[in-house]
Amino acid sequence: MSDIKKPTKKSFLYDAGTRSIIFQILLLALVVFVCYYLFSNLQANLDNRGISTGFSFLNQPAGFPILIHLISYTEADTYGRAFLVALINTFVISILGIFFATIIGVVMGLARLSKNWLVARLATVYIETLRNIPLLLQIFFWYFAVLAALPSPKQSYEFADFFLNKRGIYSPNPISQDGFGIVIMGFILSIFAAIALIVWAKKRQTRTGLWFPAYWSALGTIVVITFIAFAVAGFPLEFDLPVKSRFNVTGGMVLPPEFVAVLIALSTYTASFIAEIVRAGILSVSWGQTEAARSLGLSDNITQRLVVLPQALRVMIPPLTSQYLNLAKNSSLGAAVAYPELVAVVMGTTLNQTGQAIETIGLCMLVYGTLSLTISLFMNWYNKKMSLIER
Amino acid sequence: MAIVFKPSPSLPPPSTSVGAVAWIRQNLLSSPLNIILTMLSLYIMYLTIPPLIEWGIINATWTGSSRAACTGTGACWAFVNTRFDQFMYGLYPSEETWRVNLAAILIVLLVGMFSIKMISKLYLSITITIIYPIVAYFLFAGGIFGLEPVETSRWGGLFLTVLLGTIGIVASFPLGILLALGRRSNMPIAKSICIIFIETIRAVPLITIMFMASVMIPLFLPDGLNFNKLLRVLIGITLFSAAYMAEVIRGGLQAIPKGQYEAADAMGLTYWKSMILVILPQALKLVIPGIVNTFIGLFKDTTLVYIVGMFDLLGIIQLANHDTKWLGTTIEGYVFAAFVYWIFCFGMSRYSMAIERKLETGHKRN
Repeated sequence: MSDIKKPTKKSFLYDAGTRSIIFQILLLALVVFVCYYLFSNLQANLDNRGISTGFSFLNQPAGFPILIHLISYTEADTYGRAFLVALINTFVISILGIFFATIIGVVMGLARLSKNWLVARLATVYIETLRNIPLLLQIFFWYFAVLAALPSPKQSYEFADFFLNKRGIYSPNPISQDGFGIVIMGFILSIFAAIALIVWAKKRQTRTGLWFPAYWSALGTIVVITFIAFAVAGFPLEFDLPVKSRFNVTGGMVLPPEFVAVLIALSTYTASFIAEIVRAGILSVSWGQTEAARSLGLSDNITQRLVVLPQALRVMIPPLTSQYLNLAKNSSLGAAVAYPELVAVVMGTTLNQTGQAIETIGLCMLVYGTLSLTISLFMNWYNKKMSLIER
Repeated sequence: MAIVFKPSPSLPPPSTSVGAVAWIRQNLLSSPLNIILTMLSLYIMYLTIPPLIEWGIINATWTGSSRAACTGTGACWAFVNTRFDQFMYGLYPSEETWRVNLAAILIVLLVGMFSIKMISKLYLSITITIIYPIVAYFLFAGGIFGLEPVETSRWGGLFLTVLLGTIGIVASFPLGILLALGRRSNMPIAKSICIIFIETIRAVPLITIMFMASVMIPLFLPDGLNFNKLLRVLIGITLFSAAYMAEVIRGGLQAIPKGQYEAADAMGLTYWKSMILVILPQALKLVIPGIVNTFIGLFKDTTLVYIVGMFDLLGIIQLANHDTKWLGTTIEGYVFAAFVYWIFCFGMSRYSMAIERKLETGHKRN
């Protein structure tokens, strides 16, 4: 009765599962083979050139100066120490860059959405100009064209105790005296007090519905307690003022032009991208939300703060993360104007002096990899915290 | 005769709610804060625009053979003017630059042919992607048909920038698609290889990859086998933007509803057919802005070749700045470079918007 043919047995080659296994085995074999080939070449090349592998060079004296160092460093220190100095420089420029880029970016993004036609146009010009010009060009512009054109120390621009000239920005340098520990203790204490205040205000609001200006009071608490501690300790802070002598400005805190140029370029460039993210985020919140808030009788200020912004933030966080990551990675362009960050010190000078190409480049990639991972983990955590909890 | 009610004609709207006056009142002076902002903007414009025009146009010097010719207080465009050829072609021999121009004209003509309906787009694409690069290579490098050989180290200026940009774009796009498909495939080994590649590249800055291309690749190759620095840098740029491209395209692939994949399977299409005919056309259309942003990023990133010692547009300007005959014309050089880069990048972003509108098939729910 059954005329239905049984499917004829096909060659196993036509089976999708088998095929994918074969394909993957071939792919893996290819990758392994290429890696093996490259590394055997590497081994042979290193042997030929008499380069020993390993990280022992980190303990040898570096013998080159680093212009900008936040921890003590001299030429007699090791490559390891130089690496640490460079690492700190990279972190400093990245964190400051993220800070300024966020502020400028938010301001520009809001300005582009402004009801004021002129303000919106100006913001558009800013954004469209900066984001279409390569970052390296902008760094060069600030460093070689703007900062290098400043007057020599003799004719520095002066403003109170600040000096501005070719060699950088000189500002008073705060130096802590005996008893500064009390101030730090007071500051830490005030932060705890502020947190307690915020927690209390939130609890009270959920219990009674009464609103309390928690953030402003918390800020006030921090300022007042720290100031009291400062006074109790007898104002233990002195300033090392920069002094202008005949040919130079000495003393004080110096922000070298390399640092200033990279910081300005990085933050203004990234800000133009952040501005677009902010704008897109705010536009993504539907107008109905604003209308709903208004019909509840909320003021414009509260509407923005409690209704629009929290929803906009949710959209903004993932692209913002990638911009922050970009900024951290782009800080490596500082190498082009000799800002002593990781790439300049490790992949530039150290590589030239020791010839340890694999180790130095590997070290750099490791650091950037860790940095990227840390920022993205933090932002993922924040993203999760902010994301919509659906039932 | 019946009395018909005749309404008197409506009064014209008050003069303050129509025309320029109303527009100004609404957009510039609607509230005290708005007035302050307008004033502030006007002040900023007053501070920047007149001095810029004065510097860049009115007081500028346009011709001359050295810095001494620029006596005005304005910009010294004579610097850009005299060195224009160098900025365009780098150190390419000046009597051979017609070869670069010819290649440029050829590609413009070829791309222009897409608008002629009678020519098969398939053949044209093959000509552009396979035959044209070979012709262009021999035009640039010479050494054939009596053309004088020109080493790649002499290629430079805008020519090198555009070369790096276009090859990078053309090569990284298909590679990015392959990586994205690999990352979404259900073959565990292929998937993990793609993930490792993409994430490693995305975690490091391009400058490390440039250094790798210029310093490390020779170490990984057997003695004697070594290839051109330009090629190494190109590989670096291409791999770098392919990783970013892959992530953008993955976003598009994820946005395609599962029904489309299932429908393609149900039609009995093979994997590649379903991808090429059903999924990718939809996915790529969704992420055009992202793709073009990656292209723009790549174009801007070509400036990094200067760090490994090649003279693209920015590099050649940086080199020209050291000319003792032209000391103090740094700003002019940078402004010119910025202008050129801006035109390219801004043009690309506008073009992407045009394509988006053209491909919009109206499935959007309103």
